[in-house]
Amino acid sequence: MARIEISGVSKVYPGNVEAIKDLSLSINDGELVVLVGPSGCGKSTLLRMIAGLETITGGTISIGETVVNKLEPAERDIAMVFQNYALYPHMSVRGNLEYGLKNRGTQRAEIDKRVADAARILEIEAFLDRKPRQLSGGQRQRVAMGRAIVRQPKAFLFDEPLSNLDAKLRAHMRVEIRRLQRALGTTSVYVTHDQLEAMTLADKLVVMNGGVIEQVGKPLDVYSDPQSLFVAAFMGSPGMNLIDIESLRAIGADLPGSIPTATGTVGVRPEDIVLEKPAGPHLTIAATLDAVELVGSESLVYANAKGIEKDIILRSSGIHRGNPGDVLALHIPHSALHSFARESGRKVAAA
Amino acid sequence: MVENRPFLNVLTHLVLILGVAVVVFPVYVAFIASTQAPGTFFRGVTPLLPGPAMVENYAHMLTEGMSTSGAPPLWLMLINSTWMAIIITGGKIAISIISAYAIVYFKFPFRTLAFWIIFVTLMLPVEVRIIPTFAVVSNLGLLNSYVGLTLPLIASATATFLFRQFFLTIPDELMEAARVDGAGPIKFFKDILLPLSRTNIAALSVIMFIYGWVQYLWPLLVTTDSRYYTIVMGIKRMAAYADQQPQWHLVMAAVILAMLPPVLVVIFMQRLFVKGLVETEK
Repeated sequence: MARIEISGVSKVYPGNVEAIKDLSLSINDGELVVLVGPSGCGKSTLLRMIAGLETITGGTISIGETVVNKLEPAERDIAMVFQNYALYPHMSVRGNLEYGLKNRGTQRAEIDKRVADAARILEIEAFLDRKPRQLSGGQRQRVAMGRAIVRQPKAFLFDEPLSNLDAKLRAHMRVEIRRLQRALGTTSVYVTHDQLEAMTLADKLVVMNGGVIEQVGKPLDVYSDPQSLFVAAFMGSPGMNLIDIESLRAIGADLPGSIPTATGTVGVRPEDIVLEKPAGPHLTIAATLDAVELVGSESLVYANAKGIEKDIILRSSGIHRGNPGDVLALHIPHSALHSFARESGRKVAAA
Repeated sequence: MVENRPFLNVLTHLVLILGVAVVVFPVYVAFIASTQAPGTFFRGVTPLLPGPAMVENYAHMLTEGMSTSGAPPLWLMLINSTWMAIIITGGKIAISIISAYAIVYFKFPFRTLAFWIIFVTLMLPVEVRIIPTFAVVSNLGLLNSYVGLTLPLIASATATFLFRQFFLTIPDELMEAARVDGAGPIKFFKDILLPLSRTNIAALSVIMFIYGWVQYLWPLLVTTDSRYYTIVMGIKRMAAYADQQPQWHLVMAAVILAMLPPVLVVIFMQRLFVKGLVETEK
């Protein structure tokens, strides 16, 4: 168990492709940090640099008190769970769990004890003697976790470990990983592109884009107070509605007087748009219903407003019974508006 | 096809039987010939039914050989051939799996060039480079030795290429997981790669054993001492000599015996062989 300190780290691939740009992040002891971002944002590269599978071009990474830049993966005392599990196909489950310990010269009795413990925690005792190919996806996932646990490393690194599972199993394993990580209290870094996974798992959420960190914070803070246009659009499914302020002015929407002058774009979460007139100050947009997606517990309504390029999406609980062509009045409370600067796309605070 | 037409069944079986007959008939003739008493062949008619002299012919060939044509007893040639085939097989597998490992898993300058040079040698069979090879082997004083018989045949582009292709199908994460688990290059090779290549090694061994067994031109060149004769070239010596009719009954006994080991290898390795060609255990 240890802190991980990443300071000023960069990664340049041959051909001057900069995958990570001067990135700093500290991960506290026992914390579960989730790196999330679109593909190609550098999140996996960063994880692999922590693991030692990718060389570090600049800056330092330290695990515990040690700078690990030049250390082999095995010497960094970390364990990694891979997306495709990477179980050794010719070894039994027990062999897979033991391999790392054997290579470290752990005593036989100690190995047996740790394997038994891990198998009990993960409920894989019944198939310790089977080969990985005789297991289902979820069971393989558990074995991969077990291989990490038995080592009792300073940190767990997860590289999109759930993306090969079906939706139901993914939700289940997500809860298990959370529970397990809490119980063991091991510092963990978890990479995913699934923002739902990121929201539910993280102690600390790191949103990355183009090799830099866009925002770091508690999941709910990141969701409710995005610091940039990118985070606003990326977090949430669907993401925040982003509307050019000029087009709002053009249709005479009742913008709050307090809106900062630097604002270029305003954002509003789909769930903050209401169809019944709210009590507080709000603005109203007349829009034509375009389509309705019925998810079951809620409906996503796509509406088209004159003068606004993109569809506005609103989320209403229950089943929305409307037909394309219906005219809707979309009410947006002033308090739900987020303002982003015209040039940089960063959040601008209310005046 | 899931059609069930009796006529088609009969037809396909007839075609198959015909095909088998065409392949098996020469072998049958060779076997029949090997059971004939001396002199049967001088009548000019090839017999199609077994003769009375099978045991004598085989015993004679195994223990004494054909001294008139300078061929040693068959058992010696069989042992030589077996040694040659085994050394070539072992050497080829060992060298090509190691070179494939280097080419796939290590980054070093001119790695791609190294691979292409190996690959290009695929296009140069032994026969093309036989004279320079002979000169080298002869200058090294390796004529009439097992080393001379096998060494030039061991380098194998085919096997290197096949192992490379197989290694490329093994996901990188497996190597990374092993690195995280504290396995160095040698441990990874020994604990992960070698066990995974088991079936490929078996399949290649069969092919390479037969390749080594049927070598003809090379042993003919480098061996002048009858102690190092291999069976395939030995047969040639038995069949061809100047002022006499070949003793076909004895030659054919040698042929049948020469055929036996590769057939046995294929039969016993068949299961692994097929597995290695079709199955990818990942």
